[in-house]
Amino acid sequence: MKRTTLALAAALCLLPLSAVAHKQWLVPSSTVVAGQDAWVTVDAAVSNQLYYPDHVAMRLDNIVVTAPDGSVSKPQNPATGKYRSVFDVQLEQEGTYRIANLSGGVSARWDTPESLAAAKAAKDGKAPAAGGMGGPGGGRGGFLRNATPEDLATKIPKNALNVQVTEGIGRVETFVTHGAPSSVAAAGKGLELAPVTHPNDLFAGEEATFKLLVDGQPAAGVEIEIIRGGTRYRNAQDEIKVTTAADGSFKVTWPDAGMYWLEASTTDAKTSVPQAKQRRLSYVATLEVLPQ
Amino acid sequence: MRVTVSLVLGSLLVAPSAQAGELSLNVELPRINAAEYHRPYVAVWVEGADGKAAADLAVWYQDKDTKEGHGTKWLPDLRQWWRKSGRTLKVPVDGVTGPTRPAGKHALNFDEKHPALAKLPPGQYTLVVEAAREVGGRELLKIPFEWKGKPSTGSAQGKTELGKVSLSAKP
Repeated sequence: MKRTTLALAAALCLLPLSAVAHKQWLVPSSTVVAGQDAWVTVDAAVSNQLYYPDHVAMRLDNIVVTAPDGSVSKPQNPATGKYRSVFDVQLEQEGTYRIANLSGGVSARWDTPESLAAAKAAKDGKAPAAGGMGGPGGGRGGFLRNATPEDLATKIPKNALNVQVTEGIGRVETFVTHGAPSSVAAAGKGLELAPVTHPNDLFAGEEATFKLLVDGQPAAGVEIEIIRGGTRYRNAQDEIKVTTAADGSFKVTWPDAGMYWLEASTTDAKTSVPQAKQRRLSYVATLEVLPQ
Repeated sequence: MRVTVSLVLGSLLVAPSAQAGELSLNVELPRINAAEYHRPYVAVWVEGADGKAAADLAVWYQDKDTKEGHGTKWLPDLRQWWRKSGRTLKVPVDGVTGPTRPAGKHALNFDEKHPALAKLPPGQYTLVVEAAREVGGRELLKIPFEWKGKPSTGSAQGKTELGKVSLSAKP
C-alpha cells in the first residue's frame, strides 16, 4: 500500500499540473523567525484542499534546503505518514533559506500493435478499452515514469510505436527568513521565481513584484495561478490569475493575509535528452502574507 | 534694572527650550482579564513620511534567560516594527530595549539628546506604537506629529492590546 502511494506521488511529480487537480506544497510553521536557536517544521503533501493533507504525502528524497550562504543540506527528523510528510530545518545562519522539492526525469508513453488493435475494437464498440482511459498510460501500450535516459533504450519494447518521450523538471518550494532577508540567488534550472519584492516581506493590501525565470532567463507569457490557503472554509477557490510580461515579471496585490499557493507551468523543446521532444516545467511556491 | 533681570531670566528660560526638542509620551497597557496573561511585547518608534523607521524609542520584550533562551524568538510578532527596524537591529540596544512592563500608564520622555532623536532632522513624522501579546492579540496605533517645528500634541485610543496613547512634542 505504501509502495503504491509513493509511486503515485512520484508520478505526480512528473505529470503536468494542468492535468492533475492535486496540489503539491511545502508549508513551513513560520516564514519569519528570530532568536538564538531558530527552527521551523515543514509539512509536505499533495492534496486537493489548501493546506489540508487529504491525498498523499510528499516524498522527502528530493528535498533540498539551501542556506543563505548557498550551502545545501537535507531535511532533519524526516517522517512520512499516510497523508503528509514532515521535517525540520534549523536556521543556523541569518538570512533567507530556500526549502525545495526538486523533481526531474524522463517519462515515455507508446503504443503497441496489440494496444492499437484493442483501441480500435473499443472504438468500434466490440470490447471495453484496455486499462481504462484515465490512467497515466491513457489506454496506450505502455508508460514509463521517473525514467533515466538509459531506461529508454532497455525498457521500451522493440515493437513499440508512436513513442513519446517527455522530460520533466519541477520545483516546489518555500522561503524562510531568519533575521533580515537576504537575496535569493536563481538556481538557473527549470522554472523558478526570482524575487523583486522579497518573498518573506509580503503584506496584505500591498503590491508585490516577482519575475518568473526559465533556466535563469525571463519566462514571458506564462500564466500564474495564485490561491490563498483555507479553501475548506470558503465556497470558491478565489484564484488570482496573472500572466508574466515580456521581461518575465508579474505583480500581485494580496487581498488578505494568509498562506498563498502560487503555481506556474509551461512546456518547451529545450530538452537535455535527445529522445525527448518536449520538456515540461512546473513551479510551486508557498508564500506567507502577513496582516498590516 | 528690574526689566533687565526679567529679560535675562526670560532668555534663560526660553532660549534653551527653543533648541531642546522633547517628546513626551504616555502609553497605556490595558488590564486584560485573561486566563493566561502575558505582558505584551511593545515597540514604540518614529516613522518618516516615507513610511520607514526613523528612530526606535522603546522596545519591551522578555529579555531574561529562560530554557528557551531570550524572548527574542518572539520579536517578529511585532510585525511592522520587525519589518521596518527590528530584523536589522542587534538587540539589546542601550536606552531603547527593556523588559516587558505591566498593565498601567507608562510615561516616557525623550529629549533631543536621546541617540535616536539626536539624528532626527526637523519635520513631519508619525509615532507608531505596536503591541503583541503571547496567546493574545496585536494592535498598532499611529499619531502624526511635528519634530522641532510647532509644538504638537496628539492621541490615539486602542481597542484591545493598547489603551490611550498620547504624545506631546515640544520644539
